[in-house]
Amino acid sequence: MTSKKVEKRREVSIRFCGDSGDGMQLTGTKFTDETALAGNDLSTFPDFPAEIRAPAGTMAGVSGYQIHFASEQVYTPSDSPDVLVAFNPAAARANIGDLRPGATLIINVDAFNKKAYQRAGYTEDPLPDLRERFHLVEIPLTTLNREALSGLDLNQRAIDRCKNFFALGLLSWLYGRPMKSTERWLESKFKGDVLEANLRTLRAGWAFGETTELFPVSFQVPAAKIESGTYRNITGNQALAWGIVAAGQLMDRQIFFGAYPITPASEVLHEVSRHRNFGVKTFQAEDEIAAVSSSIGASFAGNLAVTVSSGPGIVLKQEALGLAVMVELPLVVINVQRSGPSTGSPTKTEQGDLFLALYGRHSESPMPVLAPSSAGDCFTTVLEAFRIAVKYMTPVMVLSDSYLANSSEPWKIPDVDTLPRAPIQFATADDSGNEGFQPYERDPETLARPWAIPGEAELEHRIGGLTKEPVTGNVVYDPVSHAEMMRLRGEKVDRVSADVPPVEVDGADSGDLLVLGWGSTLGAITAAVDEARKAGQMVSRAHIRHMNPLPSNLDEILGRFKHVLLPELNTGQLSMILRSRFLIDIQSLTKLAGQPFLVSEIRDAIDSILNNS
Amino acid sequence: MAAPASELTRKDFVSSQDVRWCPGCGDYSILANVQRVMPEFVDKKEDVVFISGIGCSSRFPYYMNTYGFHTIHGRAPSFATGIKASNPDLSVWVVTGDGDGLSIGGNHLLHSIRRNMDMQILLFNNKIYGLTKGQYSPTSNPGTRSKSSPQGSIDYPLDPISFALGAGATFVARTIDVDATHMQQTLRRAHAHKGTAFVEILQNCPVFNDGVWEDVQDRKQRVENSISLVQGEPLVFGTPGNLRGIVMEGGDPKVIDLDDEDDPVSKGVVVHDEHLESTAYAFALATLTRPECPLPVGVFREQRKATYEQMLEQQIEDATSAQGAGDLHALLHSGDTWTV
Repeated sequence: MTSKKVEKRREVSIRFCGDSGDGMQLTGTKFTDETALAGNDLSTFPDFPAEIRAPAGTMAGVSGYQIHFASEQVYTPSDSPDVLVAFNPAAARANIGDLRPGATLIINVDAFNKKAYQRAGYTEDPLPDLRERFHLVEIPLTTLNREALSGLDLNQRAIDRCKNFFALGLLSWLYGRPMKSTERWLESKFKGDVLEANLRTLRAGWAFGETTELFPVSFQVPAAKIESGTYRNITGNQALAWGIVAAGQLMDRQIFFGAYPITPASEVLHEVSRHRNFGVKTFQAEDEIAAVSSSIGASFAGNLAVTVSSGPGIVLKQEALGLAVMVELPLVVINVQRSGPSTGSPTKTEQGDLFLALYGRHSESPMPVLAPSSAGDCFTTVLEAFRIAVKYMTPVMVLSDSYLANSSEPWKIPDVDTLPRAPIQFATADDSGNEGFQPYERDPETLARPWAIPGEAELEHRIGGLTKEPVTGNVVYDPVSHAEMMRLRGEKVDRVSADVPPVEVDGADSGDLLVLGWGSTLGAITAAVDEARKAGQMVSRAHIRHMNPLPSNLDEILGRFKHVLLPELNTGQLSMILRSRFLIDIQSLTKLAGQPFLVSEIRDAIDSILNNS
Repeated sequence: MAAPASELTRKDFVSSQDVRWCPGCGDYSILANVQRVMPEFVDKKEDVVFISGIGCSSRFPYYMNTYGFHTIHGRAPSFATGIKASNPDLSVWVVTGDGDGLSIGGNHLLHSIRRNMDMQILLFNNKIYGLTKGQYSPTSNPGTRSKSSPQGSIDYPLDPISFALGAGATFVARTIDVDATHMQQTLRRAHAHKGTAFVEILQNCPVFNDGVWEDVQDRKQRVENSISLVQGEPLVFGTPGNLRGIVMEGGDPKVIDLDDEDDPVSKGVVVHDEHLESTAYAFALATLTRPECPLPVGVFREQRKATYEQMLEQQIEDATSAQGAGDLHALLHSGDTWTV
């Protein structure tokens, strides 16, 4: 075995791409786990089609997984990968637009036959051109994998399906990733010849790297210096699910989770369903309406209720959410936003549902809205949403999105003992005075009404969607009661401000430019502002996660800057709100491509404002 | 009559709210009968929840001095599902109508029946939309002239009993608003059933569809036009001198004349059996059409099956004994972690 030279790298980004049946998401996640265990900071971006198995070898079926890792802090999956691993011509063709000239392109050269490149839409052999433009590494992946697995009692198809692990082994060698976690995962997942095949080809991939002349050097990306603690990888959807489970534990109450399958939110239902031993009751309803209605019913009965969906499902739930506002019951509604109206692009990302969350119900139907800004933040946000919902007796909407849902980052595991515990106070017979129980008597501080649950004596009461008299909750139609209850519901949500921390500015307190963001754009904005500062520009940054009510110091902070740039993945919904609320000129940067912002897009907007001011 | 289960009386179930149905509405009698039987069912009224959707029938919970939830149009079964799943100890009653339950809420009614939670669903069928002031409903007779069908409705109607049977209901019954004794008996049976009990209550809307059930509501006509389903009893109806019975011919029900001294069973008259494995017989009964055949009232079908909430609790128990009680610290640290 020759000992090759090892070069140090500060950061690397790699994109794996192939057919949606090639196992690219799996390859990506396993490489990510190895990278996390190597101590790098990282950010990932899985990007896959809505079709489960589009016709093989076509552009429609290309699935990709990008990872960016470094020995310093990483904010985004990176605009442009340093290395593209393409399993077939379609994958190459669909992705090389994102590559810089001279970047490394590793291909499975066995898959670049005439039939395959024609199916991908190339009219002539693309290899000469690719050799010209990139550092092309041609590896006969199919052949090498077959050779590695010869002698095993598996058919050709089963053998060929293992080739992604050959590639994983090779890339693991190239970047010095420990493969222990992958081997452990394979051992937990497979048995017999299939296990043997995957392990063998994984190790063969590593060994190939060590011996081949195609790679004269391998690379080392030293561990990042991060805050001490115990870490794990987490995706946004997993964090939402664990936040739900944790809420039941911390608030000492059973969780009821009503849901209907929808991309990209279903994984939350899947994950929570695995944890019935926490006493969580997941309920797969017949439709989105039943999912939210059963959840509101569960809340009436005293459970911590949550429903999770995506845009099209949230629209269907809105009538019931209006009822939840009217009857003032706690409920957490999670919207993992996806892109486009109607079915749109179900697996792609967008922040297009802010108006839907704030204004998407009939009449005046206010509700607190929170937006997590990273995968790990999804956990914290769900816990916060439950606390607000119970304290103020209100539905609360959480706006995650497809990007947060699927991308992963290292997450410092919180110490369970330090997480805020918030046991619930239900109304008791003592709350029933001489006049009997008053279901709309309000807490003077929060304006919350009591939570009185069936089974509790002396508190029998009726609630519903009709206009009610304050205090008694009796059905009335008089204008005074109507106006008073409208006002109280609005003011109650405004009072949630007491639990909204002030927004913090990163950088100078005042100046020429503040880049303001919300939700999942945090990574791209932070990276762009970082770059700008390194280039000598004075740029401040602030990020909000409380969309309603907004942090009370926001108005004042915005006023301290000459320019405010607000990038969002919609047509400028938050910009429009802030302009009308604060009469401030916000410069909106919008994108509606189903993809997160590139760092360069925000960087360019910063340049353009500062250069023209 | 069953002995009272508690010290409670009818009055304990009457709320302070004025009842606001139209004078002569069939809902009054249903409300009175439900309030009358409730003390037999529970000894604590705080364990009772009435849930409704939207429509005249759906005002019902406001008049019951129990826990109550007046929800949104068609969705009452879904709210009830969440309530029962959260707290299986509650006595859960859904009140709905032909428009609420079978039109806008058809999907939820179907699926809640299919899941077989232990709850009662009372569907008041007056074959018309009342609260929206008189449009034909999914159960309206063909040709019904209403505000939205001035030339007569051209929809084929839906039969609630067939609907419930088709959804796999474990308890299906029908009763009539004006027949207090029969309604109370039916409610007792519905409450005693472990699983979803679906009860269609024929109800008159005196304002928008008056007399639509007259041939079975009127006492004199009722004996000729309806047949009472009693477990183990032959399907005989009419009055002495004009007795008739139901026989099955090639799977189809048919009416035959009987002499007063006839033994109906030896004449081939069917003996009612609620517990048949196959639904074919219950469907055959549901399709009896007047005036040729009588309208069956009583329990069409009853079957024992595990309830959804029992199985849900069992899964939690199984998961807990297999994985141990949930440990949040262990969950967050499961899989690969690393310490810096």
